Amino acid sequence: MDKLVNSLKEALKAAGLKDGATLSFHHHMRNGDYVLNMALAAAADLGVKDLTINASAIFPVHAPLIDLIKQGVVTGLECNYMSGPVGEAISQGLLDKPVIFRTHGGRPADIASGQSPIDIAVIAAPAADKMGNISGKFGPSQCGSLGYAFADAEFADKVIAVTDHLMPYPLVEYSIPETQVDYVVQVEKIGDPKGIVSGTTKITRDPIGLLMAQYATQVIEASPYYKDGMSFQTGAGGASLATAAFLKDRMLARGIKGSYGMGGITSYLVDMLEAGCFESLVDVQCFDLGAVESIRTNPKHREVSALHYAAPRPAVASSLVDNLDFVILGATEMDKNFNVNVHTNSQGIIMGGSGGHSDTAAGAKLAMIIAPLTRARMPLILDQVTCLSTPGETIDILVTQYGIAINPLREDLIQALSASKLPLRSIEDLQKTAEDLVGKPKPLPHGDKVVGKVRYRSGEIISEIYQLN
Amino acid sequence: MYIIRQAMAGTLESSDVLVEISPADRISIDLESPVKAQFGDSILATTQEVLKAQGVEGAQVRLQDQGALDCTLRARLEACIARASEEADHA
Repeated sequence: MDKLVNSLKEALKAAGLKDGATLSFHHHMRNGDYVLNMALAAAADLGVKDLTINASAIFPVHAPLIDLIKQGVVTGLECNYMSGPVGEAISQGLLDKPVIFRTHGGRPADIASGQSPIDIAVIAAPAADKMGNISGKFGPSQCGSLGYAFADAEFADKVIAVTDHLMPYPLVEYSIPETQVDYVVQVEKIGDPKGIVSGTTKITRDPIGLLMAQYATQVIEASPYYKDGMSFQTGAGGASLATAAFLKDRMLARGIKGSYGMGGITSYLVDMLEAGCFESLVDVQCFDLGAVESIRTNPKHREVSALHYAAPRPAVASSLVDNLDFVILGATEMDKNFNVNVHTNSQGIIMGGSGGHSDTAAGAKLAMIIAPLTRARMPLILDQVTCLSTPGETIDILVTQYGIAINPLREDLIQALSASKLPLRSIEDLQKTAEDLVGKPKPLPHGDKVVGKVRYRSGEIISEIYQLN
Repeated sequence: MYIIRQAMAGTLESSDVLVEISPADRISIDLESPVKAQFGDSILATTQEVLKAQGVEGAQVRLQDQGALDCTLRARLEACIARASEEADHA
């Protein structure tokens, strides 16, 4: 037997697609993804309306969603991150229902608990066999880890695998097993490899970014958690990557051997693994080709589900963020209470989302924001953040080029770092420095309609995003 | 200062402002800025102030701001006015 069907349309029909259904997607294909657009075009062809899309992330490539929303094919949107034209259109009030923004840990927790049931999960499968054993590690559209798709495959009513690389049965190096997959559709291409991975992610050459990375490395070294067994996560931003590169040299020089590196994995973390800085890497998403190659070939580089990565109790008994020592994160805005916005830009337009930001901040012993104190004329620190993405009580340190602020709640860290030569300042003082340079911004006016709700990993709605003025 | 010709100063780089000035009977200012909501009033006030300080009474001013600091805006305005004008006694 096999589960092959001729087209996505046929698979959706067989899966029982009907008006009002919820379809889910994962974002490992990132801005090279073809599958979400293909599946929704097929759904529109079938004449269904009123669909809710639960995608782990929406990218610029998903702009066709805008027309589907205008046509009433899609009337609900849930995601952990949203950038590009869809975010802009949502901010202008395109969708009647607010978008539900979750976190990378909260989304699978809500899927597992039944809070956000999925009727049909459509999984972009870089490799699959005829029975639906799926892997991200092979094929022309290989993306490495499929971590965000695990909960969708396990808990959705019906699961469709869409692949451009059919492999002989059984695909023993599967990530998602055939037990969870109902249909397999072969298509010409599931994505554009150039958009799937960022190519070579590079450390910043900007002197301000390098200075902040130096400070961040020194903060780590001066903290009580810098010792054998330490765990570490960083993003793919230029200054974060520079910190990983600097930290690698420091760890090797000091002979510090960490336990695990985590997250979206880049070649810089692969370098750290191979150099012996960590025992293992745990990987929910690969950010570049070096990471894809490593997860395929190095048994110490392990794919993990989003539940295992970042889900809160009680959806899981524990997750990897609970044992995280260091995480390095970004911010578009902060306030004096260390609250962070990563959802909207200076004009109030949706251009991001929590992703794993608030999960890792909640879990890590030292959650550090690296951000320049001003971007063009906008200061980083405002009287109030436009959108609350990550609560300030989970953020421990802010590193800027003008100095470092430690959250007053962390008296232990203030004590540990005050012996260092680091330029420690209060966050109020940093705010004043920025305002002396750029002036004090007037609060951003906004419209009345709520276009987005930020659902924290606990399930609590902690912020609402408003339509543009 | 009399504005007698069209002139430009600045760039469209981040943190800069492209100022364009052309002759006109009275002052009009057209502002585009990603931080218009937060700093628009301040940018317009600075522009009026510099025009007045330079003795400009008629000019069509176009500002394509990319988040320039106040000092940058002043410098670009002064340069643009100098390029666009002749001293009154030369007119």
